[in-house]
Amino acid sequence: MAQPIGVFTSKVIPIDKENVDTDQIVPARYLKVTNKDGLADALFRDWRFEEDGSLKDPPFILDQPGMAGRSILLVGDNFGAGSSREHAPWALTSWGVRAILSTGFADIFRSNSLKNGLLPIVVPAEVHAKLRDIIERDPDADLTVDLSEQGVLLPDGSTVDFDIDPFAKRMLLAGTDELGYLLSKGADIDAWEAAHPPRIETRASA
Amino acid sequence: MTEPRTIVDKIWDEHVVVQDPGAPAVLAVDLHLVHEVTSPQAFSGLRERGLTVRRPGQTVATADHSIPTTPRSLPMLDAQAAAQISQLERNCADFGIPLHGIGSPSQGIVHVIGPQLGLTQPGMTIVCGDSHTSTHGAFGALAFGIGTSEVEMVLATQTLLQRHPNTYEVRVDGRLAPGVSAKDIILALIARIGVGGGTGHVFEYRGEAIRALTMEQRMTICNMSIEGGARAGLIAPDDTTFEYVHGRPHAPAGPAWDAAVARWRQLPTDDGATFDKSITIDANALEPMITYGTNPGMGIPITSRVPSPSDETDPAARRALEHALSYMDLQPGQPILGQKVDVVFVGSCTNGRISDLRLAAAALKDRRVADGVMLMVTPGSDEVKREAEREGLADIFKAAGADWRESGCSMCIAMNGDQLSPGQYAVSTSNRNFEGRQGKGGRTFLASPLTAAASAVMGVVTDPRTLPGIESLAAVGGR
Repeated sequence: MAQPIGVFTSKVIPIDKENVDTDQIVPARYLKVTNKDGLADALFRDWRFEEDGSLKDPPFILDQPGMAGRSILLVGDNFGAGSSREHAPWALTSWGVRAILSTGFADIFRSNSLKNGLLPIVVPAEVHAKLRDIIERDPDADLTVDLSEQGVLLPDGSTVDFDIDPFAKRMLLAGTDELGYLLSKGADIDAWEAAHPPRIETRASA
Repeated sequence: MTEPRTIVDKIWDEHVVVQDPGAPAVLAVDLHLVHEVTSPQAFSGLRERGLTVRRPGQTVATADHSIPTTPRSLPMLDAQAAAQISQLERNCADFGIPLHGIGSPSQGIVHVIGPQLGLTQPGMTIVCGDSHTSTHGAFGALAFGIGTSEVEMVLATQTLLQRHPNTYEVRVDGRLAPGVSAKDIILALIARIGVGGGTGHVFEYRGEAIRALTMEQRMTICNMSIEGGARAGLIAPDDTTFEYVHGRPHAPAGPAWDAAVARWRQLPTDDGATFDKSITIDANALEPMITYGTNPGMGIPITSRVPSPSDETDPAARRALEHALSYMDLQPGQPILGQKVDVVFVGSCTNGRISDLRLAAAALKDRRVADGVMLMVTPGSDEVKREAEREGLADIFKAAGADWRESGCSMCIAMNGDQLSPGQYAVSTSNRNFEGRQGKGGRTFLASPLTAAASAVMGVVTDPRTLPGIESLAAVGGR
């Protein structure tokens, strides 16, 4: 179960690429794990490390001085495209990322993130450009994310509002998950199933 | 008089269990497909909470992603992959889920065996912890990939929480020319709308060219819906669909068959129903397509030249193109035809079915794979493998110098040791050309089985329409 998201402040890690796919976020060879631990080392693995495990020279942004401990990413459009691997948000959160700002996210990645206490924040293109500007001028600028107010506080004191699915917001604020909600619908599911006999029986010998 | 509805609406409406105000719908799932890579943490979650699998009879598992494609008699050398497989076996045994695992005659890529077993049927909701679940949309099912948290939810409740998706009409008019295939339709679509073009939508593929396709060709198209950003893509069922499903192991039989067909005939989108978005593609004008870059949207007709960053007006797109060409080590403006190839991969949930292998074999018959090229052919399932061997396709591949493998995801995702070396170029019938997807540093050109086979013979990227007898060759895949 994910930690509840409250208000938090962090400097920003900018990754100025569009269509970053989940194969880049966690390469497939790290998908042989059977738990969720230890994926921080797999995060952006092939952008960060050489074959022998040493850091790239120059290092990828994540490994540059002052980036450790930052919890907000600013990324290009359609972040998280491709594979449905939930290992992507697992790796991001285990590295310490709590919110990602972009003009858009791939559907499955966005859904997976919301289930892991990772907040995908969609902003319009002009706001995205403004944020990039702010970070370019002051790479150590602080942003404050306030989920309950649905706002990002900028260093100049202004706030950028963002939309979020109200149901997802409730779950994130409470740190509860959807499974608990679904389990509470047992009677409705029973009723639906009674009216809709299964179309198939996978255990039948074929 | 009811409001005209799309096929998506019809399937959706039937499967909404309950919807609280402000909340997503609780959507019932008819079929849940499970594989070794995205399920272990979900089963662990069930154990932690003391939950069971609600509907094991609507759940089915296979091992495909991390398994070797070397002979099954050999041990698995990758201890981590072997542990993942044995965990799947234990999870299926503990929770009562039927497993078509290694050594089973019905083992195969999850999106190949579902249709093959007749489990995939029109009007169903189908989910799997795999983004290419969209494949099953070819049958007029609402089928989409989910994450592991959702796998756990479906195991426990046979439902999941969903918002109603938007709909996107993809109309493909006209007729494909010989040598142009289903793969080229979907690559052309993605090249036009981009890899995020379908985000938030479900594609419905319609039109004369779609109707003319076989089920396996329809699966190729629906399979890559996700590469256009759409979580699902589907095609209304018709007689082609019913013929394919009829007589399969899990298909309805007897009076139940007639009742099912009557129900399925109600599924197609009503006249007058509206879509949130729409695009039209002219099949007559399509050429074989190939990708040159590092996402499936970076595709061109095979006779075209690699685009130049200097022609890109959008700075982000220009940077992306520069980066992609640098990774691919291609020159702006160079022809893609004639580009050298080191490896050719025929297989995957996109193009690893029997008709795909028939096409590749037809192009390779009485020919040899070019010197210095490795051709790997990986059947999509054990049944496809047996059929290919029965029809003599395997002999054609072997005589041509190809490597004939066991079934699995293999070099499409390169988790199992089947992979490119850094810098190698591959023409691949799979679905993703992302950086490192087919092996760290590997460079992928996505294309159809015909283009792949022609390129294997010539050792360079080759237009399959230049093969002698292309008319009869192309007909092998079925029309």
